[in-house]
Parts: sequence; structure tokens; C-alpha cells
Amino acid sequence: INHIVHNGGLYKRPFNEAFEETPMLVAVLTYVGYGVLTLFGYLRDFMRQWKIEKCQNATEREEQKDFVPLYQDFENFYNRNLYMRIRDSWNRPICSVPGAKVDMMERVSHDYNWTFTYTGRVIKGIINMGSYNYLGFAQKAGTCQEAASKVLSQYGAGVCSTRQEMGNLDKHEELEKLVARFLGVESAMAYGMGFATNSMNIPALVGKGCLILSDELNHASLVLGARLSGATIRIFKHNNMQSLEKLLKDAIVHGQPRTRRPWKKILILVEGIYSMEGSIVRLPEVIALKKKYKSYLYLDEAHSIGALGPSGRGVVEYFGLSPEDVDVMMGTFTKSFGAAGGYIGGKKELIDYLRTYSHSAVYATSMSPPVVEQIITSVKCIMGEDGTTVGEARVQQLAENTRYFRRRLKEMGFIIYGNEDSPVVPLMLYMPAKIGAFGREMLKRNIGVVVVGFPATPIIESRARFCLSAAHTKEMLDTALKEIDEVGDLLQLKYSRHRLVPLLDRPFDETTYEETED
Amino acid sequence: MDIKSMKNYLYWLYCQFELITCSCLMEPWEKLLFYTFNITMLVTVLYTAYIFVPVHISMAFQFFLHLFGNQHENTVSIVK
Repeated sequence: INHIVHNGGLYKRPFNEAFEETPMLVAVLTYVGYGVLTLFGYLRDFMRQWKIEKCQNATEREEQKDFVPLYQDFENFYNRNLYMRIRDSWNRPICSVPGAKVDMMERVSHDYNWTFTYTGRVIKGIINMGSYNYLGFAQKAGTCQEAASKVLSQYGAGVCSTRQEMGNLDKHEELEKLVARFLGVESAMAYGMGFATNSMNIPALVGKGCLILSDELNHASLVLGARLSGATIRIFKHNNMQSLEKLLKDAIVHGQPRTRRPWKKILILVEGIYSMEGSIVRLPEVIALKKKYKSYLYLDEAHSIGALGPSGRGVVEYFGLSPEDVDVMMGTFTKSFGAAGGYIGGKKELIDYLRTYSHSAVYATSMSPPVVEQIITSVKCIMGEDGTTVGEARVQQLAENTRYFRRRLKEMGFIIYGNEDSPVVPLMLYMPAKIGAFGREMLKRNIGVVVVGFPATPIIESRARFCLSAAHTKEMLDTALKEIDEVGDLLQLKYSRHRLVPLLDRPFDETTYEETED
Repeated sequence: MDIKSMKNYLYWLYCQFELITCSCLMEPWEKLLFYTFNITMLVTVLYTAYIFVPVHISMAFQFFLHLFGNQHENTVSIVK
């Protein structure tokens, strides 16, 4: 059909991604559950309106009752009636470093999750399956912490300026050179906030008259940056290269909507690992398409930097490609490096342009020095430049943990989305009551998980998302798996029918080895 | 022992029902309302079935008997 050779001409390793279909009975029962809750939601709203029940959520003031109503849309209805019932699974306060084990403050609610009170007890040693701690650098002791505290005593914590004015420390220069060397690009720039890196730099790169082709399931920061830029945005189906190629062809052939002029720039926005699905982008195909249709690629490696690839350099190394093919490599320091912030890497002209024209560089406060030192130490550790093999061991441990955990969960019979090699493991729950029940049952068994429901996922596809870490030992994973097995039997979560559905974007035939199953 | 495992199994089934219809998330008065409504509907359906189903079945039985049984009656009358 197209130039992508099926038998691995572009892919040097098998690409195993699966999204098992929702079983029909489960979908029907999920709708039944949501239907019952919606009916009760209407009943409660009626009672609140007619003052039979005390209204505890935000409403308009008496004088504003005749204005356009603020809280009548579906999101607010969902918030009041469905989210409030299971709210105790989110915003749990932790009181220790979020490493492999974490301490949590216990809280109870006496009025069905409208208010919480702390009992004063601290639950210690909860196995942490929810923090983005892929390489285990969230530690309170060790080389990173010592270096960071030395820098703290030398530079202090605050910078009190933006990068362009008086906030450009020598530590920032050192960090940027190091990050550029780590990624294999000419130059890099670091920002204080990962979300702001995306939302403030995409407007600097594209503007009106440009076209943005963005994946269906891109993160809110990419969507916000794309909308702020004023460019035309077109969405292609998630990880679907046929859809992307069709959009590219249409863009080149038809040009801009009314004037038919050619687009000034075409920018493809993709992520390395999509955190809600656990899927990895089909980078070789995207790069082949980008070269054929002469467009630019913006790769957001928030979750994949440090977590993929034989030496932790991200999804570009995972596929064995050259970093020069990706025009803008963006990533965050929050996930694998145990710090905060984001970076953009690319050609020197691009980064020099961004230093002057990016909103984040001009207006945002620069990164705090201890955070910068934490990143420098952790990057040196991963690269092996601190003289030990700790970094390499961690990357390998993460890969082993990922493979083991995913294999065991699939064998137990849960529906797991995503690629075999991604450390983000979504386990499907589907029914609304099971979202709350799963979170609570796992906490009772001393395991902390993140459950995700409606606004972040489609309404029937709610899930529990596990983030594996190199800090998890095999014993911890075995304990967690045993408890997940128990809770899965208790709540009847083992929906899988062990049927590997071929990916629908190309016809399945025996010669495609991307859809193999072991 | 059998009774105990039976009771556990029934309790587990009840928990599954609660999870599917989200009644484990409801406040006690909502649960009361929901169960009252459900049990009332169930009792009504069962009562209606108890009254009407035997009548319908016997009518259907007589209809089919009439269809195939007419030949029998004819032979009986000739013999008479």
C-alpha cells in the first residue's frame, strides 16, 4: 500500500502492542452502573435545588441565579455526583520521599467524601506503584542528594529572576551542555516546568499559516501549546500511520483552507510513551513519513526518556534511529531524573532562537540550583560518567521489571493495554464502582495505586495505572502481584479472553511480525 | 462446611451485584430506595408470572392439542 515495508525494514525489533477489545457484557454492565448513578445524580440535584438536602458544592450566589448557569454542564454534574463518591482514591497526602515505598497520612471522611479529617496515624511502607519514578532517583540519601545539598548550601534555593535577566547560572549552562551530550543533539535548553516547556514553546515555533498534526491522545500541554500558537490543528488517530499519511497528503495537495497556498510549516506532534495507554509511538514510520512529505517532528519524551533504550536515552535509541532525524526533542526531568522541569533539544540555530523568543525563557523563573544539580548528577549516573555502573544497572532493572510485571499480569487474565516494553501499565477496570473499590482494597493491602476515570480516559474505559520503577525489587513486585491477583478475584477484574486482536491499522497477514504473540 | 462455603459464595455474589449496580457507593438511604424499588419490581414481575404463566401455558397446550387432536376426535365419533 505504502512505502513502509512490513517485514521489519524499518523496525529492527518486534513491536508488540495490544489493546484488547472491551467484552460486550462488561460494556453493557458498565453502562448500567453509570445509568444508575446518573439517575441518583438527578435525584440528588433535585433535592439540592428544592433545599431538601444541604448543598455542599459550589453554586452561584442568590443574586446570580438569573445569569447564565455555571454548573449545569456534564462535567460539573459528573463532579458533584460521581467523582465525589470515589474521591478518596485521589489527592492522598504522602509524607515521605516517593521512592519504592512511601508513607501516607491516613484520613477518613464522615460525610461521604465532602470533607476529610486526618486520624493522625501514618501508614508506613506502602509499596508505591503510582509515582513516575522510573529509574528510582527519588531518594533522600545517595550521591544525588549529597550533591544537591552541597549546591543548596552554595547557591541557595531561589534564583529570583528569569533566564534572560539575572537568572542564568553557570549550573544551567553546565546542565544544558550535559543534556545535549546525553541526547546526542547539538544544543539543548532547560526550563523550570515540564508543562510550560510544551505550552510556551510550541507557540514560538509555529504560528498562523502553519499546520499542526497532533495525535488523538496527546497530553494537555501539547494541546494547549498547539491551540495557543494559532496554527490549524488536525488530529490523526492514535499511533495510526495510515491516518497520518492521509492527512499529510491532503495537506500537501490542498494547502491552506481558503487560499490554497502551501502551508508555511507542517509540524507533527507525538509523544514517546503515551501515559494513559502505555503505547509507544511508531517512530521509524513517523520519521519516514516526515522525510517523504518534508515536515517537522516534535517528539515529547516525557515518559520515555531514561525509561526506554539500552542505555536510557529514550525512544530514539530504543528504535535504533539517529537523533538528528527528530527536529525538536522535548522531554521532562520529572519522571526519570527525580527532579522537576523540562528541556528542548535540537539544532543550535533552533535552540538559540528559542532562547530569545520562547515565553518560558523570557518570563518564567529559571530552575532552582539544587534541582539542577540533582538532574546533573542523575544524568551523569545514567551515562556512567560518575565511574560506577549504577545507572546501567538501573536501566536494565527497569526493563526486567517491566517485562516480568506485564507478563505476570497478562497470565493472570487482566486486560493490559500498551506496548510490551513500556513501564507504564494500564489495567482496565471499566465499571465505576470498581474504580473506587480497587483503590481502597489496594490501600488496605498496603499498595498505593493510581486509578483513572472519566475526564482523563473515555467514560467506559477507566483503568488503574501502574508505573514501574527500577527501585522495585522482585520481592516487592511479587507481593504487589499477589495482592493484585487477590483483589482481581475479589472484584472480578479478570476480563481477558486471551485473544490477541490484530492492530486494525493494517490488514493482518502472516508476514507481519509486528503482531506476534509469545 | 458446605453451608459456610455456600454462605461465602452468596455473599460474594451479593458483592458483585453491589459493584455492578454501584450500590456500594451509595449512601444508606439511597441504597434503601434502590433496593426497595428493585425488590418491588422483582416481586411484581414474579407475581404476574405466577398468575398468568400457567393460564397462558395451558391455553397454548389446548391450542396445540386442538390442532393435532382434531383427527383423534373424528376417529372417535366414527367408531361411536
